[in-house]
Formats: sequence, C-alpha cells, structure tokens
Amino acid sequence: MNPLLEREKGLLELERRIEDLRSANEGQRIDMSAEIASLESKYRQLLAEVFGSLSPWEKVHMARHPRRPTTLGYIAGLDAFDELHGDRMFRDDPAIVGGFARLGGHSIVAIGQQRGRDMKENLARNFGMSTPEGYRKGERLALLAQRFNLPLVTFVDTKGADPGILSEEHAQSEAIAASLEVFAALRVPTLCVVIGEGGSGGALALAIADRVLMLEHSVYSVASPEGCAAILWGDASKADEAAAHLKLTASDLRGFGIVDEVIPEPLGGAHRDAAATVTRVLDRIGAVLDLLESFSLPDLLNARYEKYRRLGSWRDSLATDGAP
Amino acid sequence: MPMADWLRGGRNREKVRDDAAQWVKCPSCGEVLYRPDLSANLDVCVRCSHHFRMHAHDRILSLIDGDFEEIARGILPADPLSWTDKKSYPQKLAADAAKSGMDEAVLCGFGSIGGYELALGVMDFHFRGGTMGSVVGERLTRLIEAATERGLPCAIFTASGGARMEEGMLALMQMAKTTAAVVRLKASGQPFLTVLTDPTTGGVSASFAFQADVILAERNAMIGFAGRRVIEQTIRQRLPDRFQTAEFLLERGHIDGVVDRPNLKPTLERLLGYARAGMQRRKRAELSA
Ligand SMILES: [Zn+2]
Repeated sequence: MNPLLEREKGLLELERRIEDLRSANEGQRIDMSAEIASLESKYRQLLAEVFGSLSPWEKVHMARHPRRPTTLGYIAGLDAFDELHGDRMFRDDPAIVGGFARLGGHSIVAIGQQRGRDMKENLARNFGMSTPEGYRKGERLALLAQRFNLPLVTFVDTKGADPGILSEEHAQSEAIAASLEVFAALRVPTLCVVIGEGGSGGALALAIADRVLMLEHSVYSVASPEGCAAILWGDASKADEAAAHLKLTASDLRGFGIVDEVIPEPLGGAHRDAAATVTRVLDRIGAVLDLLESFSLPDLLNARYEKYRRLGSWRDSLATDGAP
Repeated sequence: MPMADWLRGGRNREKVRDDAAQWVKCPSCGEVLYRPDLSANLDVCVRCSHHFRMHAHDRILSLIDGDFEEIARGILPADPLSWTDKKSYPQKLAADAAKSGMDEAVLCGFGSIGGYELALGVMDFHFRGGTMGSVVGERLTRLIEAATERGLPCAIFTASGGARMEEGMLALMQMAKTTAAVVRLKASGQPFLTVLTDPTTGGVSASFAFQADVILAERNAMIGFAGRRVIEQTIRQRLPDRFQTAEFLLERGHIDGVVDRPNLKPTLERLLGYARAGMQRRKRAELSA
C-alpha cells in the first residue's frame, strides 16, 4: 500500500477545483480570480502540512516516486556526458550508468544507479538493482577517474543489489567488497549524492565518499524496509513498521554523521519540480567539488579514513581503567 | 593473558548445561553424539564429518599455540536507535549473552599459530546470528589497525547473518570502516586471510570476508550475499541444495579452497609460512639496498 496516495488525495482534489475554476473563469464576465487565489493559498498551506510531516514510510514512497528524477535526469542536466559501457568481462549492466562528464568548470567521472520510471524501463534496468557486472563496471569507472586524475561523482538510487541466482554465481559479495576497497582508497576527490532510495550494501558499493549529500526526502537504509521486516519478523508486509524503526531519513543520517549535507527539495517533493531539483543538486555538486579541490590529496585521504573510522555507537566498559 | 585464565573469564561463563543437553543429534546423519566427545573432535561429527557451528572461544583454543592476548574486549554495544520490537535491543543482547557466554559477536586478539604470530578475529554465530553492528566493526577495525601497526598478518574467521538491523545505518557503515582498515593493512604489505564458516552472508560477506588475499571456507558452509529465502522468493522456485555452499563457491572460482576443520590449523600454518618467507625476502632486499 502506498500511504502517499491517501495523503495526496486532498491535494489532488484542490488541484482539480482550481483547474475547474480557471477554465470556467476564462471568457466569463464574473471575475473569480479572488476565489482562485484563496484556493491556491489553501493549496500551498496543505502542501506544506502534508510534506512537512511525512512519516519514514511515506518518505520511502517519496524516494521511490516514479516521477522523481533519476540518475539519467541529473546526467541530462550536466554540461556534457560521454557514456562508457561494460565491465570488460561479461556484460554491460543497465542498472548502473557512468562516463566522463562536465559540470560547471569541472571535468569529472559520473556513475549512478539507474532505476526505471515505468514497468518497461524497470524491466530493462532490473529496477535499479545491480548485478556483479554493474559493480565491476562502477569499480572500473572509479579507477578510470583515478587514472585520469578526475573527481568522481556518484548517484545512489537502488533498493539494493540484485538478489538473483546468476548474481550469486557471479560473486555478488566479491563485486561489492572489491568496489568498497576501491572507493575507500580512491586517490581523487569523491562525492556521493543519495537521490532516491539507498538500500544496503548494494547502495554502499557506490557511496563511500569524501562528502555524502542526500536529498531531503531520500532514504538510505541498512536494508530495504521490506527486507528488514522479512529478516526480523519473517513478514515483509510489516515494512511500514520497519521503516519507522530504521532511522533512514536524511535528517536522521545527518544526525549520525553518515550524511554531510541535506539538500532541500521543492515543496511537495522533487517530483513536483524535477527541473528545479536537478538544478539545485548540480549546483551543490559544483560547490562541493570546488571545496574538495581546495584540499591536498593526503589530507583528503586521511579525512576520508577518519570520517568512516568514527562511525558507530558503542560504550567502552574498560575505558576508565585505561585498558585497551 | 594465559589461555586458561582467559577461557575462565570468557567461555566458561556459559551456564552449565543439564544432562539432557549433553547429547546432541547430528542434523546430517542423525547420529546421537555425546557433547564432550563432539567437543574433543572439534565439533565435527565422528560418523559423517558434519561440521557443527563452533563457539569463538573453542575456535581460538583449537588454533592458538599458547596464550591469547584479547583486545577491545571492553567495547560493548549501545542502543543508538532505541530499538524495540517484541523485545528491546538491550533485552535481545542480554538474552544472547546469557545463552552464548559471549558479550558480542566477535573476539579479537593476538596469538601464535604454529609459531607464527598473528592478529586473529573470530566471529560467533551464537550471538545475534553473528550480525555486524558497531561493536563487531569497532573490534575488528582495532584488530586490523593493530596488525598494521605491529607488522603482523591478520586472519578473520567469519560467521554472520549480515548487518545488524537493530543498529540501522550505523551497522551498514561498519562495512566501510573495516574496508578502510583492510586497505591500509594490505598497503602495509601484511597478508590478510579469511576463513568463511557457516554461515557467511550479507554485509560481512560483501566486505572483509571477500577482501582477503586468501579466502578459505569450511566444508559445507553456507556462503552468499542474498539469503536463500530472499532469492527463492524473488525467482519463485526452489534453489538446488548445493547452491551457496562452500563447495559450490569453490567450483565457481570464488574462494581459494575448502578445508575440513581438522586440517585448518596446519593449512593456516603453511600459509603463514609463505607469508613470512615473503616478508623475509623483502627485508633482505631492503638490507642489501
Ligand atoms: Zn553426522
């Protein structure tokens, strides 16, 4: 069940009434613009109310919204993009796209997970769930960025890695593990933006970076809420409950220090103004790249190590004794 | 700490089992086994060689020559998400601690195997299914960093259901943290070995388990990224029994070898021997340079 549909009902009804009034207003002698303005103000108020107080489970649906900009949407906004294909071994995974790109004054390598916006696209893109070949392609392009000495920008948008027979036979674990190693030590500035859903190790494989940015209504989780509910309670239908537990929203993750910056979305979500969202995200990427370029490589690598080194929450029961 | 004292402080805290629990049925061949006999045989069935899941303390005892210097044992779990479902996360942790005699899902420290000093981490499935949360990540990271500093090889025995859900994204980030430490260990020239034991899946499988220079697995261990049930639900058909077993992974070229438990110690000794030979060559080259 999509909980957003229920909440958007009132909004859609207002939208329809405003539209009706507008078309009725045209060519009429009675001026109804005052009434339209009042409805529009009510609409904006409701919009702020609905989208200012989304539950985690509702945010999951915002993140998965079919009209939410995907990696290719952001790539289309770049000044140039030259796509590069394949893992050089077995196949070209359409669930991960990447290539050389230009953004503002920066030449970069961009890589992202690509889900579909409808069923046909989703079947072609395997719902954005990458196979080992996709991670090997990502790893290859990351190393290409290092080879060309260009910053790396990644876009995260996946429920998780592909859970299929062939992916296991082709060593999904090794592919993700190897990608993590490459990203952890890549000798160029790296920046990651979580643009939709970030799910488990499949998302993390592209998400170790000097700076991790996250769109306001994106989610990023140790497992998809469905997966978490299945693992803990043997019941994927309790995903809403799992979402409430998992602390998967951008503001939660900013609080844990896992995300460095939250990028605000247009009122009502990225899908209500995709063009403005793309512009805002690309602007932030440009600005953060400017910042990262001001650090020396050794400083960058040390800071990246320390950033991940600190993550976690434990207590040290022997700390007062000075024991290890 | 001398091994006997260390064991008293650790494994022996486990409650003495009652008489009935002294007998266990082999899930593979059905043979009823007397637990002390089973333990004496490295938790391997005498009739069919089924490998039972091993406790971390027993594993360390079976491998290490003399004493074991445990590190990071004071690092204990917190409750960063204030997680409660049927029970609270701290209640779950306390229940597993009482059952398993462990205070977390990994033990880390230094010792020798066949005279070769090394950093050793051993995960234990009996505590929270060996899942990796902040403590597993922190203890292992300290171990790997200490191995790098002391210039010693590092070996990790994995046994894990993956990332620990009750710590959310902080659990996932332990994959990144341990990876960064592994990269530094390897860059320092020290070898990294893993032994994958039953089961090794999810976030552990997709991080340090498969980042090792040499990856061994115990006979018949279940190893994979996605869980068997998840795959079966996705493809809507039953998977063959051998799918995701150590032997299956060996055929597919994912791991270096499958080892029976009694052969593990001698195998590790030989591998550590090759590693030392390489280190000695490097030192000689440095001296003559
Ligand atoms: Zn048996």
